[in-house]
Amino acid sequence: MQDVQAASQPGFQTPKVSLPDVSSVAGAAPARKIALLRVLGPGHVWALGVGIVLVGEFMGWNFAVGKGGPIAALTACWLAGILYTCVAMIDSEITSTVAAAGGQYAQAKHIIGPLAAFNVGLYLVMAYTMLEVSNAIVTGDLLEAFMANLGVAGTVDKRAYMVLTIVALAFLNYRGVLASLTMNLLITAAAFLAIVVLFVATQPWAPGAVLQHDALLVGLPYGNLGILAAMHFGLWFYLGIEGTTQAAEEVRSPARALPLGTMTGMMTLLIAATATWYVCSGLMPWEYLGQAVTPLYDAGRLTGNRWLEVFLFFGTLFATVASANGCINDASRAWFAMGRDRYMPAWFGAVHPAYHTPYRSIVFFVPVAIMFAVSTPLDQTITFSILSGLLGYTLMALSIVLFRRKWPLGTIQRGYVHPLHPLPCLLLLLLCSVTYVAVFLGYGTQLVAMMTFYIIASAWFVLHRYKYVRRGDQFTMHWPKPRGY
Amino acid sequence: MKKGPYEPPSQPIVGQIFDAILMLVLVFITLYLPLWLKLAGGGTTTTEYPNPSWESLGQNAVMAAQWEKLGIAPEKAATIIGTRFDYNFNWTALAFTALIIVAYFVFIFRYSDHEYRDVIAERFGDDAPTKTVEPR
Repeated sequence: MQDVQAASQPGFQTPKVSLPDVSSVAGAAPARKIALLRVLGPGHVWALGVGIVLVGEFMGWNFAVGKGGPIAALTACWLAGILYTCVAMIDSEITSTVAAAGGQYAQAKHIIGPLAAFNVGLYLVMAYTMLEVSNAIVTGDLLEAFMANLGVAGTVDKRAYMVLTIVALAFLNYRGVLASLTMNLLITAAAFLAIVVLFVATQPWAPGAVLQHDALLVGLPYGNLGILAAMHFGLWFYLGIEGTTQAAEEVRSPARALPLGTMTGMMTLLIAATATWYVCSGLMPWEYLGQAVTPLYDAGRLTGNRWLEVFLFFGTLFATVASANGCINDASRAWFAMGRDRYMPAWFGAVHPAYHTPYRSIVFFVPVAIMFAVSTPLDQTITFSILSGLLGYTLMALSIVLFRRKWPLGTIQRGYVHPLHPLPCLLLLLLCSVTYVAVFLGYGTQLVAMMTFYIIASAWFVLHRYKYVRRGDQFTMHWPKPRGY
Repeated sequence: MKKGPYEPPSQPIVGQIFDAILMLVLVFITLYLPLWLKLAGGGTTTTEYPNPSWESLGQNAVMAAQWEKLGIAPEKAATIIGTRFDYNFNWTALAFTALIIVAYFVFIFRYSDHEYRDVIAERFGDDAPTKTVEPR
């Protein structure tokens, strides 16, 4: 049933050290292996990570203001920055060593085991699909608001734009990864420029001229509990940066490009997040900011500069499109990898004979995305995305401990070794625990619904799907046998 | 001794379609249906402001000016300002939710390890020693 091509370059990175030719080293991968093209560089990795995440500066992060007030949101922004720095450090070490399509999914397969990998694959698919849905919702709302502000006669059905966004980007991904990620590079740069221009235009060096922090900034309307609650949407500033790893099998030099692209992406986002908070909290009452769908576009409007408003309109539009584009790319690759390994039906593991893209996986999620986009509130889809990401980060913190235990430093070639182990993973676990409580505050039902989904899916995998999985094929790296086995 | 490879059954196309649809149904029932039935979402409280003015809503002159620039009158702002999150929670519910999450991860790690042993046994053999490779 599968469309396959003989791989010119297998889907794993061969270590540069010579490994002993003994039975303790995994054998070669099958001769015929479904493969993606290796065409991406560090700039593409940066664009993929930042492109997915930068939209978090344009919408969604401000719900943290609604949950705890502006000061709580800033605290959450920095705490979430620490959380994601830990994620980026851990992820860079593992990904630069396990460079295969599916990113964290492939890592879990090699480090923890099939059931964990199945769950990680689902986290990735759900997190990116719900992020794609959120982007489509914002695109529709933005166009509706912009048309209204222009005084265009008649009404605009925003649902049509939501559907159009999803379908058009799915088609672009269907046609080819290089074209879509090159486009991502351009529109991500334009969206980032929009934030910089807004920051400069609001004259942050002259308090009171445009920004009115003295009059608009309030303390903690929910008290200290608000800081805890704000962590929920604080993750939105950075959620998806780990998506850089999804393209591992399509990167020319994973050991160099993945850590470089991920860490520079993280720095970009930390700067953009703080600038975004500063501008918005100095222009809007916190009650409005806490529920706005397009806060940066609103900030552009509040400056009174028509050109800036138009620029922020395009900036928001570009950011949402770039993000949705990257999300389709990432979700489909995770689903493709699961299909290739038979964790999901093998039919999804096919590569397009002409475009070399996982076209069936791309098309499969289009109706799901449309269904949620046209009928679900933005904060709910964002919460689903955050929860799936959060479960993945929790697993990642535990995974690095197993990785270092099974293959201590020096036993395999690592592209990057993160410092201060185990401090980053302990800090990550602590911040993940805090965020679960934050989600529970106000969104407890969704937390339980999401856990129910993953528990039932896990039971289905254990009782039904695992019998289709080839055991030995789950380990494809040229590594020695893990310690303790 | 290296374990013989496990040969999985091949899944007919009808079974593959059924499994794919099953995943969609699971997404629909567990994630979409609670939202559609409005069972999930932000727990909030609402304060009513009869005949609201910027003063009665607690907004200073700068805040009021920004609301107006956004095209929002006090009547509409009252709904936004009057809606707050309700952070009163039940400790038992919190403990139960925490238990679900912890139990889920314990199960994932324990069962994955069980499966992982099969993978390693098939790939490397049960009795092959662990080798250390020194990087050059």
